[in-house]
Amino acid sequence: MIRDQKLWTWHILAGAVILVLLGLHMLTMHMEGVVKLEGLNPASAANEAQGGGKLQPIDWANVKARSAKVFYLVTYILLLGAALFHGLYGATNVVHEANPPRWLHKTVSALAVVVGLGLFAFGTWAAIAAFLLAKAL
Amino acid sequence: MSDTKHHPNRLGLWGWLGGGRWGMERYLYALHRVTGLGLLAYFLLHIVVTSSRAFGADRWKTAMDAVTGPLFKFGEYLVFVAFAFHAANGIRLALLELGFAVGEPIEPVYPYRTSVHVQRPLAIGALALAAVLVAIGTASMWLVD
Repeated sequence: MIRDQKLWTWHILAGAVILVLLGLHMLTMHMEGVVKLEGLNPASAANEAQGGGKLQPIDWANVKARSAKVFYLVTYILLLGAALFHGLYGATNVVHEANPPRWLHKTVSALAVVVGLGLFAFGTWAAIAAFLLAKAL
Repeated sequence: MSDTKHHPNRLGLWGWLGGGRWGMERYLYALHRVTGLGLLAYFLLHIVVTSSRAFGADRWKTAMDAVTGPLFKFGEYLVFVAFAFHAANGIRLALLELGFAVGEPIEPVYPYRTSVHVQRPLAIGALALAAVLVAIGTASMWLVD
């Protein structure tokens, strides 16, 4: 019971972290046409200053420019961890609410831990590799 | 598990479809779970797809080309709408969890009043916030070049 209370508290705290960091991600990727904030897509401003066309947030120039920033590296890994925990713990709770047999309860919990740790390791490696690549280019 | 052993969740997932006397909040509860599961499914794939940036420009372009087109754009828009609702409703749930907007305890005198009525303005506020976010996202994704 105490373990569940702690996990629930972490679930809410992770939600608060996601609210801030995913909000920033949405501003950068999906709302940049309306909400103009300096520095979110560094290559766009530079390209427009040089008289170039409009760049999209997913254009490689912007991806490379963001990947090279320590701020994005750190916040990406934080968001990755918070979102994986919040999402997978939430999904296991949905399954647990349906009162499944004990074996299914344990299997779903174990699967969530394995998938969560695996994707966190993979995503963290990708963020660091992209950071090093962007710095080298 | 031991806490619910003697009080099984008899309705199961079917309970999501019926608001009963809990009204709007019960549907927000169901929608919060549906959007959460949808966002999780998208997020797990998103991690894999966006990790292609670690391999350079060509692999990134190949990955992005594979998820381009009207269908993917519409799917991405649905993800944004789900995010807007889940975030706004999540703020409401966190506030309620911390004891805000639930009202003062009162004597159980007939006709009974539940704290759901006290919480209703917060639910409406959360939906209004979600609507504003969706409006901004819609303008940015579909109307502004």
